[in-house]
Amino acid sequence: MNFWTDPLKVAADWLQGVFTSWGMNEVFAHVLVAFLGVLLLITILMVIDIFLVWIERKVVARFQDRIGPNRLGPFGLIQPFADIIKLIIKEDTTPAGADKVVYNLAPILSMMSVLIIWSVVPIAPVILSVNLNVGVLFLIAAGAIGTLSIIMAGWSSNNKFALIGAFRQVAMMVAFEVPMLAMLLIPTIFAGSMNMNDIIQAQGGLWYFVLSPLGALIFLVAIIAELGRAPFDLSEGESELVAGFNIEYSGMKFGMFYAGELLHAMTFGGIWGILFFGGYRFFGLEQVSPFLAIAIFLFKALLGYWVIMWVKYTMMRIRIDQMLVFNWVFLTPLSFALLMVTALMNALLQGAPVWLYAAGMFLSNVVVAWIALEVARSVSRKERQKVEGVAQVAEAHH
Amino acid sequence: MTTEQIIFLIVAGATLAAGLLVVTSRNLIHAALWLVATLFGVAILYTLLNAGFIAVVQVVVYIGAIAILFIFAVMLTRKDMRDSGPQHNKTWWLGALVSLLTFGGLFAVLGQWSGLAKTGAELPAGFDSVAALGEALTSANGYVLPFEVASVLLLAAMVGAVYLAFNKK
Repeated sequence: MNFWTDPLKVAADWLQGVFTSWGMNEVFAHVLVAFLGVLLLITILMVIDIFLVWIERKVVARFQDRIGPNRLGPFGLIQPFADIIKLIIKEDTTPAGADKVVYNLAPILSMMSVLIIWSVVPIAPVILSVNLNVGVLFLIAAGAIGTLSIIMAGWSSNNKFALIGAFRQVAMMVAFEVPMLAMLLIPTIFAGSMNMNDIIQAQGGLWYFVLSPLGALIFLVAIIAELGRAPFDLSEGESELVAGFNIEYSGMKFGMFYAGELLHAMTFGGIWGILFFGGYRFFGLEQVSPFLAIAIFLFKALLGYWVIMWVKYTMMRIRIDQMLVFNWVFLTPLSFALLMVTALMNALLQGAPVWLYAAGMFLSNVVVAWIALEVARSVSRKERQKVEGVAQVAEAHH
Repeated sequence: MTTEQIIFLIVAGATLAAGLLVVTSRNLIHAALWLVATLFGVAILYTLLNAGFIAVVQVVVYIGAIAILFIFAVMLTRKDMRDSGPQHNKTWWLGALVSLLTFGGLFAVLGQWSGLAKTGAELPAGFDSVAALGEALTSANGYVLPFEVASVLLLAAMVGAVYLAFNKK
């Protein structure tokens, strides 16, 4: 075993050796090494996070036919550091009547809910963080902490816009957790495990995107809603709420929310890649070196992040009633129907050859999507006729 | 004392303290947040018992759904979050007596029980507790009947709630 095949284990063993040679207790040295590992992961994530600010600004500029930050350093790469310095030296304000402890705790919890997800993300075949057997459910649990942080921020700010924004965001997160959970169960059915690494390992032949394209699409919609990004950014709603739940936060406390959102977007891009696009796997390249596996995973995470940005900067914001109807009347029944069909097909095609299994799964997805679109079309046609009929009657009375 | 025992004592103490603060906080939202802390402590206790699935479900259901619902209900219904009335009524000593007696009784009974001194059996390598739980809940030899009865009960409650909330035009 050398550094190039299992870098983390070699480094941890070496550190453990160093600590015990200093006369440190074996157990204590182990805990200290694990703690340093966590610190390393968080540090790398935060450094990536700094550059995500630059990526986000550059990509949105391209979508809007601009150039974006280009003054500081090559391609404006020093811009995020200037942003950070600005955020740090800004005055740290607390609104009058704010609940100080809750107000200061909210940004920390917000960032924590993102970082904690990485404790179950397999980055490479040998770098698994915690190999949890309920990894998929852990995502939802981490989301619960995020929801909590937003409602804490909205309430403790003592500002009605913040509170309305928080209400909207929480209503949305609680609502879209339902289809998200149902879609998390689809890779679970395919892999027969809730363990993230098992799900990646089971995608050796076929990515689950091929088996369940509709599942991948619904999951993408659910994660965008969970992130509160456009078209579901009505919790921010600049034209009505100024900035939403984080309106009263300044300086680095606002920075925590903002950086947390960006890292959350990339994290969910990575989760999307893990569940439906094979995670760190890419035609056996991941076996060559763990560093290559990390690069593949990071590439897929950034690609997922790019798709999320693409949606954000293309779509318009929808209204809260449209959002709730879309989720509870359309997306939730659809995701449960898809889940039932997938479970049934999985049981029927259990012994079938791979091509038949894949074809059956793909076709059943297409059929479910087609039926859902037909139902949605006929319902919206009826709705439109009703509205137009009312308009015609009103016109006739004039 | 093993590491696990130390962690247990710290977590149990914090959980109890948070639980006490739930009933003594004057601010309703603070009480709800302390409730979240208490539920977290219980989740950690589940983790210490090797019940990872139950721990995660505890966080998802109790914190992600129930506590959030509490906070929503409090924010939407109460204008003033502070409760200025007295925190206990005339019969507080009766409640204290009953809880002391219950604690004493449990303490006496559990003190004689031999199970407390036992340590848990080591789980075999590769033991999948989630699969075992799923099997137990759905197999005819396991708990399929209680599981289905509980599901029907919850469904009935849900239908009732929808009926009550449904606005007949």
